[in-house]
Amino acid sequence: MSARIVTITSGKGGVGKTTATANLAVSLASLGKKVICIDADIGLRNLDVVMGLENRIVYDLVDVIEGRCNLRQAMVKDRRIPDLYLLPAAQTRDKTAVSPDDMITLTDGLRPDYEYILIDSPAGIEWGFRNALAPADEVVVVTNPEVAAVRDADRIIGLIEADERRLPASLIINRVKPDMVRQGDMLSVDDVIDILSVRLLGVIPEDEYILIASNKGVPITLDHQNSPASTAFRNIARRLTGEQVPLINLDSRGGILRRLARIFGASKAAP
Amino acid sequence: MTSLIDRLLGRKTPTSAELARERLKLVLVTDRSDLSPETLEQMQAEIIQVITRYIKIDQSKVHIKLEQRARENYLVADIPLVRDHSQSAAPPPPAPAGSAQLAEPEKPSGS
Repeated sequence: MSARIVTITSGKGGVGKTTATANLAVSLASLGKKVICIDADIGLRNLDVVMGLENRIVYDLVDVIEGRCNLRQAMVKDRRIPDLYLLPAAQTRDKTAVSPDDMITLTDGLRPDYEYILIDSPAGIEWGFRNALAPADEVVVVTNPEVAAVRDADRIIGLIEADERRLPASLIINRVKPDMVRQGDMLSVDDVIDILSVRLLGVIPEDEYILIASNKGVPITLDHQNSPASTAFRNIARRLTGEQVPLINLDSRGGILRRLARIFGASKAAP
Repeated sequence: MTSLIDRLLGRKTPTSAELARERLKLVLVTDRSDLSPETLEQMQAEIIQVITRYIKIDQSKVHIKLEQRARENYLVADIPLVRDHSQSAAPPPPAPAGSAQLAEPEKPSGS
């Protein structure tokens, strides 16, 4: 086994990186993959609370890097699902406690034991982002259909393109409201892809269960598996594994519920 | 937000999403290149100067702008030539490059 390392990033904060990381990790684990997610946001850790694992943290990423514990001791196993682990960020340290080389050494130690390593990048384009990008095999950029988020996504994609490793990058458009798009009051998926010229990995509809799930500390893909966002996350996880899952079409006609069902649900049956 | 009535009547008020699109396209062109609008304007003036040494153009209709296609940036120039071709060809080119005088006064063209 040699893990594929996927870094999830966005530029702008608050677009749903951490939620996406948690739910893609759960979805990949549900597909039977062995998954670990790493919170690379040193000093502002969040992935633990979104996943509901905050009470089980003993050691963190910086403890591993500074040799106070070994990797296994720092990993938190998610007991709700087989083969899902979290490596939490340090909360009381700052980002300079970790270097890009540290991240590469750390993930090299994890690679043989996992199929997917998901790295939740901090917002911004500085130190923390560089750390999160250093070991990546692939980058997933999360954005919202909103000018500031798209602009920052463009900046991130530019930085990834300028990186000599030529890492493959793809885009998740999060919090799409199909009825606002239809009314012409929200950038459509096509608009965003046209502007950013990047491969679309998936679209997550706005879904109030996301907030409810984070209130409870249970990722929506575990808590409310049939919600539109859960289906969308599962489809994205399948695409990450290389499976061809048709992308959604927000412009299709029909009632809003039927359309949502078709968009986010029906593709389940597709090849 | 464009009202449904406006749209039914075919009134062309841009939707807020269209505004977002246009604003993004403009801001990204500047973000992606390191050319400020002022630099671009200065470059446009210099390009016009060079071209007018060789051929008559309608300076009022010159558009030189940065444009993105896929993730590549292009410098795109629309430079309409003046219709009147009475003087057979272009005026003789002045002294070769290197002596280009930025301050060379331009003959005001028709407009």
